[in-house]
Amino acid sequence: MSDIADRVKKIVIEHLGVEEEKVTESASFIDDLGADSLDTVELVMAFEEEFGIEIPDDAADTILTVGDAVKFIEKAQA
Amino acid sequence: MRRVVITGTGLVTPMGCGTDISWSRLIGGESGIRRITNFEVDDLAAQIAGQLPRDPSAEGAYNPDDWMEPKEQRKVDPYIIYGVAAAELALRDAGWQPQTDADQIATGVLIGSGVGGLEGIVEAGYTLRDKGARRISPFFIPGRLINLISGHVSIRHKLRGPNHSVVTACSTGAHAIGDAARLIIWGDADVMVAGGAESPVSRIGLAGFAACKALSTSYNDRPGQASRPYDRDRDGFVMGEGAGVVVLEELEHARARGATILAEVVGYGLSGDAFHITAPAEDGDGAYRCMQMALNRAGVGVDEIDYINAHGTSTMADTIELAAVERLVGDAASKISMSSTKSATGHLLGAAGAIEAIFAALAIRDNVVPPTLNLDNPEVETPIDLVPKVARKRQVDIAVSNSFGFGGTNASLVLRRVDL
Repeated sequence: MSDIADRVKKIVIEHLGVEEEKVTESASFIDDLGADSLDTVELVMAFEEEFGIEIPDDAADTILTVGDAVKFIEKAQA
Repeated sequence: MRRVVITGTGLVTPMGCGTDISWSRLIGGESGIRRITNFEVDDLAAQIAGQLPRDPSAEGAYNPDDWMEPKEQRKVDPYIIYGVAAAELALRDAGWQPQTDADQIATGVLIGSGVGGLEGIVEAGYTLRDKGARRISPFFIPGRLINLISGHVSIRHKLRGPNHSVVTACSTGAHAIGDAARLIIWGDADVMVAGGAESPVSRIGLAGFAACKALSTSYNDRPGQASRPYDRDRDGFVMGEGAGVVVLEELEHARARGATILAEVVGYGLSGDAFHITAPAEDGDGAYRCMQMALNRAGVGVDEIDYINAHGTSTMADTIELAAVERLVGDAASKISMSSTKSATGHLLGAAGAIEAIFAALAIRDNVVPPTLNLDNPEVETPIDLVPKVARKRQVDIAVSNSFGFGGTNASLVLRRVDL
């Protein structure tokens, strides 16, 4: 896993209080990791802070899984 | 008219987490007030408080993890966790966990707070200034709203009846119980989970109340002696944190399921001073009228009162309340015991009225009145027994609990023994 993926995973574990093994690339924040809509807003904010990027609201709406987040951040930092 | 009884209690106080431990320490004459050690106080005028015991080795220790998942705790100010804990304790004590649609819809929640969120607002203010509006958490607002105690309790226990809250400063807990009782009387609910919670013990809370000249500042080196209602050397109240919640229930509903009944809520009175934002009216008229209204509602004569749990904050206002009580009860004064349990717990603001109503109910259960600690030299002479320093065994069938708050908002509750 890339450095970005590790950092995303760490944020997800910390914010959602879930076990590490559940946080796979394909895990959906809402369906698999127990997040609600407010949790996902906070997660996106945490990604913005951690990676120094801005995630517009329409882009945030497409980030549904751990993998979505990693891909978006990799692209934003490229 | 439908009658309302208390069938469960939950106390989270500086005396301990749990009704039994809080009550036994109170009756034992212990103080819950200590020097603050978990944040910087050297620049604060008041450096002591009634804080929840958190040392895990202590009996009755409070551990937030017992009541809310750590990831949820992060989203709320502590008063919400205290309220959730006290409500859970009260529901367990009552043995009431509604499972059917009908029972869930017949059960409501009415828990308030005087101040609500403080520390979380301070932190969000720093975030807004230093990092900008886009960094404000979506949990900032729902973690600070006062009615979110009632919200969390209803969600956790599936209580789908009236969901309400009260914000009347230091009268909050008493108003919550009184208003919740009325919802039961009117048939809007059969069971109500009611009370107050407060988490003011923080730098901003201490600084704010000290600026109002409300806090004790001369006893920082002798915390246990700081809260001394009616004593000539009192110099302000000592802040406390925690929560008190009761389960109120319609009498026949409680009897039908064989619930243990602690006491009946027979009277409730409310009044406004219309005088000053923080000071009580010097003639004590607001206090007098709310006690009188509560007794009239209860159909109880002044000569029937056994115990009054006073508002008694350890400020100048103590003698105003005492004079109002003397005016109300007249010749019956000599058979009444009246104490301030804030001498042991400190002043839990929006939680105080609920905690003290529970203490008053326990006084009825056990026929014992809790003491007023540190009452060495009463400022005024009175025929009323102020229960100095040591609890007293005596018959208690009728108890009154008084609460008076900033803004000149007053509430009195009358509780009565229920003969089974």
